[in-house]
This record gives sequence, C-alpha cells and structure tokens, in this order.
Amino acid sequence: MSAPESLPLDLDALYRDSHVRESLEALDRELVGLVPVKTRVREIASLLLVDKLRRTVGLEAGAPSLHMSFTGNPGTGKTTVAMKMAAILHGLGYCRKGHLVAVTRDDLVGQYIGHTAPKTREVLKRAMGGVLFIDEAYYLYRPENERDYGQEAIEILLQVMENQRDDLVVILAGYKDRMERFFSSNPGMASRVAHHIEFPDYSEQELVAIARLMLEKLQYRLSDAASVALAEYIALRRGQPHFANARSIRNALDRARLRQAGRLFERRGEALNRENLMTIEAEDIRASRVFAASQTQDQGE
Amino acid sequence: MRLTQGTFSFLPDLSDKQIRAQIDYCLAQGWAVSVEYSDDPHPRNTYWEMYGMPMFDLKDAAGVMLEVDACRKAFANHYVKVNAFDATKGWESLRLSFIVNRPKVEPGFGLLREEGAGRMQRYTTRSYAAARPEGRRY
Repeated sequence: MSAPESLPLDLDALYRDSHVRESLEALDRELVGLVPVKTRVREIASLLLVDKLRRTVGLEAGAPSLHMSFTGNPGTGKTTVAMKMAAILHGLGYCRKGHLVAVTRDDLVGQYIGHTAPKTREVLKRAMGGVLFIDEAYYLYRPENERDYGQEAIEILLQVMENQRDDLVVILAGYKDRMERFFSSNPGMASRVAHHIEFPDYSEQELVAIARLMLEKLQYRLSDAASVALAEYIALRRGQPHFANARSIRNALDRARLRQAGRLFERRGEALNRENLMTIEAEDIRASRVFAASQTQDQGE
Repeated sequence: MRLTQGTFSFLPDLSDKQIRAQIDYCLAQGWAVSVEYSDDPHPRNTYWEMYGMPMFDLKDAAGVMLEVDACRKAFANHYVKVNAFDATKGWESLRLSFIVNRPKVEPGFGLLREEGAGRMQRYTTRSYAAARPEGRRY
C-alpha cells in the first residue's frame, strides 16, 4: 500500500470511530483516583491507535506484547480495571471478542500427574480472543514443593503467551511484594510481561468519593450528618487491620444499608416516603463496631 | 475417490481461514464445537473417535483451531471432522459437521452385490481401505 506523503491523517477521527472513547471515559468516570493506572491505560490505547494509523499508510506496526501485571493491595480495583481493559482492547480491535476470563490457581493447576496440562489448556482455550485474568498469580509457583504442578501450568502459559500473542492477553494480578518474588523466580514470565502497573492505595478523600459513587449507583443518599460520620468512619477504618480499600468501603455501606432497613422496620406503622427509603442517617453508620473499637481501644471490627 | 460428507460436502475442502469463520459462526450461535477423527469413513459410521471433550464456553475460534491443528498433526492420515452440537431444548443434536482433514490417498468404495432368493439382489458399499485393521487403513 502506498499513500502520498502529504495525505493528512486524522487520528481524532480514528479515535472517535474506535468505540474506545466510551471505555476510556467510563474508566475516568467510574474509577476514582488511580492516576498511574489511567495514564498507562491511556498510553496503551494511544499506541494501538497510532499503530492502526501506521498500518493504513503502509508503515510497519508489529503487534505489541500486551501481557500485563497488576500489583496492588486488595480492593484497589485490579479486577475492575482488567474488565475495562478487555473492553478497551476490544474497541481497538486488538482482542477479537473482548471477554474476561478470571481464574486463580485452582482453575489452572491439577491434582495429579497429567491433570494440569488439559486443565490449563481448557482455560486458555476459553480465554482465546479475550483477556485471561489470573488473580493471585504468585500461587502458581510454590518453591517449597519441588513436585508442585504449578510449574507445568506456568510453562504452558508461557508458551501460549509467546506464540499466540494476537489471540490472548494475559493479566497477572496480586500483591506487590509477592508478585516481585514470583517474577524473580520465573524470569521467563517476567520477560514476557511488558507492562507492570502498580495500583496505589486510595487516600481518604478518594475513599469518600468512592463511597458516594457506590451509593449513587444503588440510589441511596447520605444525610449531612451521615456524610460527616462516613468521613470519620473511613479515617478510623483505614488505621485498622485487614483494611481492603474500596472493598471495605463496599462492605461498610452494605452493613449501613442493613441497619437502615432495620431502623425503618423497627418504626413500621409510621408514615414512610421515598426520601426515607433513600436516606442513610448518621446513626446507621455510627452503629459500626469501628467507632466502638476506637473508644475502648479494643481490637477488631 | 474424494470422500464427501457433512454440511459442505458439495464444496471443495475449506481453507483454514474458512474453517475458522465457520467455527466462529457456530460459537456465536452458542453451539459446542468438538473434533473427531476416524479411519472408517463409511457414511453409516456415525461413531467417530472423539479428540478431546466437546468444547463448551468458548468465545473465539482460536481455541478450537488449536485442537483441530493438534488432531490433524496426531492423525495426519485420518479423516478429521468438526462438529457443532446445539444443546437447546428441542434441538439437542448436531447442527453442523464438516471434514477438515483427509488421508493422502483415498481408495474409495467398492459395490458388493449379493444374490438372494429368486432374482433379488442386495447391495453393500465397502471402503477398500477398511479391509485392513484399524490404524493401518490409510
């Protein structure tokens, strides 16, 4: 194909036509914070778009390796971003189907000799044309047991990651330190994963924004006093053990909804309106054990 | 004699690209695709050997093509076919089936005539290759 040198190329038109804009905008809208993640996703999207444009003018554009590793603490949005990633890659025509297959060690590794390979292959076949998301990928490799079948799964995975790059994108996810150990003991894996993306923990303001977003989706609202209570709750909860970022917030909101329902049920017989059903009051949040623990300096949640 | 069977029996052999497109169609319909092989190509032989399990929950033809290629490699001189099974209630049967690999030499079928009582005659078709034991036919 030969195009005249001077032919103007419209990257913006390509961007508009590729359906990727909705995905990227949804990423911005629905995910709070996560600036490094969003930047990297944007970079990858731009690379694929520019490659597409290069191809239209006959320039070389080899399919880039898009295998990724997502590291970060629990509840920082790794799975959510993976799901969005699949949609974005589909919009850019890099993935043919754009579905996400989420697996853990149990889905890949078998229990006896000869069980692992078919099991891993089965999962890989299901993920073809989309994204394979391996949560807590470091469990695949267990150095303490030299006869562990995880190694076999890793080898099959590596082979497919290398040979069928245009059929499948693999995303490995897990805690940062353990993933680093996993990569250092599996150099083959480390060299095939091009993008290492780190998910930072959320700040208090971001967590409040996340809580508001979640409630909005569920069609609830906070009373003014409840807003204050929630901010205090988040500040306290962050300092406690087993804090899982957005996931803890979601659980807290679920419990608040439970208490709200209980409160409304206690006062049945009184007149209720739409507003009552939607509003979460301060008492629903203040009843949490987190506040009790902070007063008595006790452990637990 | 070139054996013809299944959905595209009237067409020349499909290329890999065409096979992939057919499989993609099957998967889009929600059918489970499976790969089978045999060296007894008699048209009444419906029981071919399964090459692995039927593949459920696949989204893309690449996964099936892996199996097709593996089967063609393992049984290069056999007949290999791709089947698509529809599990919806009321159908519960094969919706599509076509040959994707055939032996290099296909000797074809002979017609046997058996004389019965009076002037009655019965006909039987018999693959020349099937005279030899299984696995040594082609």
